[in-house]
Amino acid sequence: MTMIEIKKLHKRFNGRKVLDGVNLKIPEGRTLVIIGRSGCGKSVLLKHIIGLLKPDSGGVLVDGVDITGLKEEELERVRQKIEMVFQGGALFDSLTVGENVGFRYLEHGGMEKDALEKRVSESLALVGLYSIENMMPSELSGGMKKRVAVARAICTRPRIILYDEPTTGVDPITADSINGLIRSLHDKLKVTSIVVTHDMKSAYAIADRIAMLYEGKIIAEGTPSEIQHSADPVVQQFINGLSTGPITDTNSVHIGAK
Amino acid sequence: MLKEFLLRIGTKVLAMLYFFGGLAVLSGQACRWVFLAPLKRGRILEQARKSGVDSLPIVALISLFIGVIFTFQIAYLMQRLGSEMYIATIVALSLVRELGPVITALIVAGRVGAAITAEIGSMQVTEQIDALETLSVSPVKYLVVPRLVALALMLPLLTLYADIIGIFGGYLICVYKLDISSTIYMKMTFESLLFKDLFTGLAKTVVFGMVIALVSCYEGFNVQGGSVGVGKATMKAVVTSFILIIATDCFFTALFYFIFP
Repeated sequence: MTMIEIKKLHKRFNGRKVLDGVNLKIPEGRTLVIIGRSGCGKSVLLKHIIGLLKPDSGGVLVDGVDITGLKEEELERVRQKIEMVFQGGALFDSLTVGENVGFRYLEHGGMEKDALEKRVSESLALVGLYSIENMMPSELSGGMKKRVAVARAICTRPRIILYDEPTTGVDPITADSINGLIRSLHDKLKVTSIVVTHDMKSAYAIADRIAMLYEGKIIAEGTPSEIQHSADPVVQQFINGLSTGPITDTNSVHIGAK
Repeated sequence: MLKEFLLRIGTKVLAMLYFFGGLAVLSGQACRWVFLAPLKRGRILEQARKSGVDSLPIVALISLFIGVIFTFQIAYLMQRLGSEMYIATIVALSLVRELGPVITALIVAGRVGAAITAEIGSMQVTEQIDALETLSVSPVKYLVVPRLVALALMLPLLTLYADIIGIFGGYLICVYKLDISSTIYMKMTFESLLFKDLFTGLAKTVVFGMVIALVSCYEGFNVQGGSVGVGKATMKAVVTSFILIIATDCFFTALFYFIFP
């Protein structure tokens, strides 16, 4: 069953084309990694999936519901199924770690105080953090902040988790542990995940499928192995991290792999 | 040359219309949440402490100085006219009707408004505002409403406090420097003040408080470009608040002049 479907999504900012007819399907319980250069529109695509941005045209179907035309109240119902892990964690500075993790329940209710405390501890334990509920975000390292952000995302047991650059800005060892964490959460909680990254090591470690976004379009999609063996020179330049090639040659026109 | 000039004027006018349009939308959303959703008392009390209680020392200091300075300036004129006994009357009326409300609002705009813009702007830059939305919490309800209610309640109280301290400043100069008796100063002060003076002075501060909260939040939400953007927005929020406070004061002074002649 398809959990998320993106249909001919177009978006411009100040006349600049950022998304130019993106089409994607993500089956339930699978992990899709979207790769692409910094500033190519990966995060913009993610923000369309959770309804933070409205497209110029096209549709985003979440569990069969097109969210692009929904009113705020209807969108909130859809958002109960989705959680997002932001690039810098986006933890609320004025709240403790525990309050951050249990934020949705604290604001909307739906769980007794004792049950919520237990759920917060369980969520933190799932990301490998213990007894830090009373700490403030400013007391945490970058890696810990990302883990707490993941704990906040899983606290409500969502069906979909979106990750925006989960390994950016952390050391390689922490990055590897975050990759392991995303993979293990996928196995334990059976969530549908979309991960946006330009870290290929991370992409290979966590993806069921990988899609590459380039010049506003998805130019390649496949399993990690298929992407690794893609004949598209743009894909090859990106995944091998080469400074010369069709991406950096501004006069080149992308034709794509046959 | 002319085209460039007109283009610049047009851009400024559009920016101004965009600002007032955005501010009107934010005001509408905030008012809707104030009346439709249950208010979180703890969050309002926290903002009331930050904007009101924590502003007490600076408001006291500035009001005392204003009271002292204003009394000296009035004394200079009154001594020339031989009407020293009216110093207390003029000081009390000026402070309660005009100086107290405006000076307090400007202090709060500089101290609290700047802090609100910087805080919300930093939240915008670090995607905390987006995070609120993804967690199905309206940023207007969560961030604007407590600040709006707190400032609308605290500014009249701070103004009353500033009025009292300012009058005390005048008392110090009159009694200890100008040899006016304490009894006469108090009598002239309280006999000259009518209920409408106090009411018109305090009523407009409710609007000043709302202006400071809305402008500061609006600028915070519209921060672009990292820490430099936060700095620019903070400066813009304070300057805009100052201008709108004075403009609103002008409007209310004229309005009250005709309503309470």
